[in-house]
Amino acid sequence: MNRKWSVVAVAGLLAMAGCSSDLPADTGTPGTTGASKDAGAKSEFFDQALYERQTKSRSTAAEGPADKPWEQMISPELVDTAKFAKPGGDYHLCFSNAAVNNPWRQVGFTTMKEEVKLHPEITKFTVLDAEAKDDKQISDIQSFASQGCSALIVSPNTTATLTPAIEAACKTNVPVIVFDRGVNSTCPVTFIHPIGGFAFGADGAEFLKEKVKAGGKVLALRILPGVDVLEQRWAAANEIFSGSELKVVGVEFTDGDAAKTKSIVNDYIQREGQIDGVWMDAGATAVAAVEAFQDAGVPIPAFVGEDQQDFLRMWADQKMTAVAPTYPTYQWRTPVIAALQVLNGRQVPKEWVLPQPKVTQDTLQSFLRQDMPPLHYAMCGCESMAGYPAPWK
Amino acid sequence: MTAPTTWRPRLADGTAPVLAVLAVLLVALAFAGPAYSEPAGYLALLKRAAPLVLLAIGQYFVIVSGGFDLSVGSLVTAEVVIAARLIEGDDANTPWVIVLLLGFGLLVGLVNGLITTKLLVPSFIVTLGMLLILDGAVFLWTGGAPRGALSPSFRVFGRGGVDLPVLGHLPWSVVILLAVLVAAVLFMRGGTGRTLVAVGDNENAVRLAGGRVDRLKVLAFVLSGLLAALAAILLGGFAGVSAQVGEGLEFRAITAVVLGGVLLGGGRGSVVAAAAGALTLEALFSLLNLLGVAGALESAVQGVIIIAAVAYAALGVNPRLALRSRAGPPEPARRQSPPHKENR
Repeated sequence: MNRKWSVVAVAGLLAMAGCSSDLPADTGTPGTTGASKDAGAKSEFFDQALYERQTKSRSTAAEGPADKPWEQMISPELVDTAKFAKPGGDYHLCFSNAAVNNPWRQVGFTTMKEEVKLHPEITKFTVLDAEAKDDKQISDIQSFASQGCSALIVSPNTTATLTPAIEAACKTNVPVIVFDRGVNSTCPVTFIHPIGGFAFGADGAEFLKEKVKAGGKVLALRILPGVDVLEQRWAAANEIFSGSELKVVGVEFTDGDAAKTKSIVNDYIQREGQIDGVWMDAGATAVAAVEAFQDAGVPIPAFVGEDQQDFLRMWADQKMTAVAPTYPTYQWRTPVIAALQVLNGRQVPKEWVLPQPKVTQDTLQSFLRQDMPPLHYAMCGCESMAGYPAPWK
Repeated sequence: MTAPTTWRPRLADGTAPVLAVLAVLLVALAFAGPAYSEPAGYLALLKRAAPLVLLAIGQYFVIVSGGFDLSVGSLVTAEVVIAARLIEGDDANTPWVIVLLLGFGLLVGLVNGLITTKLLVPSFIVTLGMLLILDGAVFLWTGGAPRGALSPSFRVFGRGGVDLPVLGHLPWSVVILLAVLVAAVLFMRGGTGRTLVAVGDNENAVRLAGGRVDRLKVLAFVLSGLLAALAAILLGGFAGVSAQVGEGLEFRAITAVVLGGVLLGGGRGSVVAAAAGALTLEALFSLLNLLGVAGALESAVQGVIIIAAVAYAALGVNPRLALRSRAGPPEPARRQSPPHKENR
């Protein structure tokens, strides 16, 4: 291989390194319909009104059955769906899924399939997986137009790009239900999502503010820049930290890579001597971060993680001071329930806001499942389902 | 194996600059972070760098013989995912899974090597194809979320170590790394190693001299695959299961090798320099981190290193020759231009 060819090869390699980075461990990333894009004074992604609304929603009592949070709704504004009523069953549900490329989405999708099995009136459930590609999802949604769907459920890959496709689908008079991430349109019958990114970020930051002594050092670990709901998580935390006595010694992106996370944390332990709290915007690498403290032979500080089993187990085993804000995977049950309500002509909320609980020391034991895979998300609302636990393993 | 007299000139062959850079970085680290004032800090750095150094050594074998191995990153991911799935957190499974992992690495290297030499597909294309195949297979199998768990006894290699009197905590990965490095140096100083470099320089000459070119090239890929498997065992042990663990590692390993002054296209460079290149890269990233430079700069730094090192190799080593080859007709000029011949 001559030298010129080598340079071409390396250039190609550079380009590839740029392209191949997918979004790892992106924990679902739901959207708020466009509002998050408004620039705030503190950060491009900080929206004071939305921040206040979301942090307040956490303490608002949800309507609906207490033991079924996926059927609950916070401050709902019900809309009439009589025009979509098609009583009698024999429904064909269609679902355009953004992707199943991370554990959060896998647990969620499994839960959704089990939910469908609970309803005999659904005779056909067609799923198209967009594999995290906008263009594929646009054509997926178009192809559903000719498949006789009774209702169309969409988990959009990205907000802006998918909006026209969903608006076109709305015009076919099939009820469209959007969940997880949002679109910039009011045409879907309902948009289902947990409270949101600000609430998630605030849950962790408030915990550290309470548990870490004044002047303590906090390390913030973020997974990716530029994704709006992840930015909201950090924007909320940043807001809370800046109004506290805590000292944020670093804000680092981990790319969701466990080895990188561990190296970064190790560097900070060496640099700062002591870290008193770790905040994370996504808990997939929380265990790696905890291990960095173990390997360095220092006590594990107050930790923010997420509700996947490996972190919960570590928390219990090491008797950590920790909290796990969640982006509950039980939200995957709700669109199926909503579709059936719409097809039966019953009212649904225009924006169906689900409660977004956190795992605390008090509730930790009830979410621990030693027999489940390490990346199983505990807040799946699936334990009482008929097939549990086999499909989730 | 060799007399001490041959040792000095080999070290000088492209190794000195990278060792100088490494020394500067290590001193800078001592000033930047309090932990680097004692051996423990450097041992932690070595432990973290060990997988990359192993990959760089493997990549060195392939690059010095005139090829590329782009498949090592995805091979590392595949190995870690397979290990987690097969071990299922049970210590009893650790030994046979490790044997299987090494076997799989060997097999992937063998396939890369055989396709390159027997089907005459450029190694860049073969290993790019292998990268895509392994990536696709892992994704198909896991859907992006690996199942299973690694056992504590598997993780010992990447996480654990032994406590020694003077050094303090000596990580197993550092021990493994040193063993591989010594073996690699001995191998490169032997007849096979020297012929491997000669293949990268001028494979026709080696063929005419009766050397088994194809066999040597296959050997380079097999070693690369084997070392990638070993790196995967250390990385999985260090950080646990992840479907992203190997992402971009092939690129990092190539950067490290280039940084070590090894000529892309083959024929020049030492294995110690390649290993030092990997260590330098890791030290540089640690330093950037300690200085509070954003992590996003890492990619940019890698890009600059690759361009600068290739430019240095093309111009800096022998500007007169490089200029002549640019001025003259491309084909013959390039054919007669290997400046590295004089260095060897």
